[in-house]
Amino acid sequence: MKTTQRIAIAALAGALATPLASAHEVWLLPSSTVLSKAGYVTVDGAVSNDTFHFNYRPLRIADNLVITAPDGSRVEAENLQPGELRTVFDAKLEQTGSYRLAVVNAGVMASWKEGDESKRWRGPRTELEANVPADAVDLRLRESAGRVETFVTIGSPTQIEPAGAGLELVPVTHPNDLYSGETATFAFVLDGKPAADTRVTILPGGARYRDSLDKIELITDADGRIAVTWPKPGMYYLSTSVSSSDASLRNADRRSSYSATLEVLPQ
Amino acid sequence: MKRPLLLALCALLPGLAAAAELRVELELPDLRISDYRRPYVAVWLERPDNSVAANLAVWYDLRMRDNEGLTWLKDIRQWWRRTGRDLTMPVDGVTAATRGPGTHKLAFTGGSSPLGELAAGDYRLVIEASREHGGREVVTVPLQWPPTAEQRLDAGGARELGRVAVELIP
Repeated sequence: MKTTQRIAIAALAGALATPLASAHEVWLLPSSTVLSKAGYVTVDGAVSNDTFHFNYRPLRIADNLVITAPDGSRVEAENLQPGELRTVFDAKLEQTGSYRLAVVNAGVMASWKEGDESKRWRGPRTELEANVPADAVDLRLRESAGRVETFVTIGSPTQIEPAGAGLELVPVTHPNDLYSGETATFAFVLDGKPAADTRVTILPGGARYRDSLDKIELITDADGRIAVTWPKPGMYYLSTSVSSSDASLRNADRRSSYSATLEVLPQ
Repeated sequence: MKRPLLLALCALLPGLAAAAELRVELELPDLRISDYRRPYVAVWLERPDNSVAANLAVWYDLRMRDNEGLTWLKDIRQWWRRTGRDLTMPVDGVTAATRGPGTHKLAFTGGSSPLGELAAGDYRLVIEASREHGGREVVTVPLQWPPTAEQRLDAGGARELGRVAVELIP
């Protein structure tokens, strides 16, 4: 029981650290994004400083992995294997349509004073009341929520239903229907509301083989939308984050981050 | 003596005139390589806005067990995007087994499946070939349908497709 608890705490610390590791790219890389037949995909998860090359840390994947089938049901990952530089899992995709594969993390960090002593706690929001005194002195709360995801489609793309919580991409152009030279539109929402005036960064993979990052930076409009014209085919890493305060949690500082791996196909 | 009469009759009774024909000759090049696999090929007719007017032929590996041959249909990638991903395979009168090197002749009749009834206008005949361990190529032949006169349109590929000839017969 103790060990389980310790693992849970360590895992949560990792979960909290992930969205804050803004200097690094956090991604899931699927073996295929477009399939013409039901079958397996295998997925790498990593935290790297060179997009789609696992060269830093594995992405912590456990009960935070949510694979959603076209009909809204959940798919359990198979052969989940944490490594030193990456985590790997397989997913058996049996339905026609679009799957969303996401690692979703959320938690709260609290710090306060008890006399001369500084106290700290981190954990899921639901356990905050039980662990932090209601009358804590100099209480500082930091909330973080992160979503790292990718999309895979068998046959024709189907609608991706928004999760409705945290920062996320809502497709206008389907994420498995992206082609070099064409313009895609994506909307970003924070808890279902448009994330206006937010910086979105897009990095083409394979920077290891060129001199410049070729980063694309865009600012969302009033509807939380961006439009991007894909310069070439390949895998792209899209990321964005929003800082806000959470009125429902004593105005805690809240950081919401989002990243997605997108494949742009040749014409 | 008979022929002018027949032509006159056809002109008078367009409904009875022979339906227009679209004939396609396509060559799959003879690639002398050790791991040659027959390419997957799709032939279709599309409108200027890229929408698909008719799926004419799709050659893929039908014989693999567990329908494994479906796995690579997505590699005929232009076709896959335009129409393939919306189809349930196999498609009667359209899908067939892969074919080897050589010249293959296809003929389609206006009003009949798979060409069907087409609105008069501009179209593109598209031929796409994709080969395992090999490359992919698309050859596009613009044409007008229905044809008003007999017409032959020549085109060709450079790697995965050889000579392509389209004949339009009113």
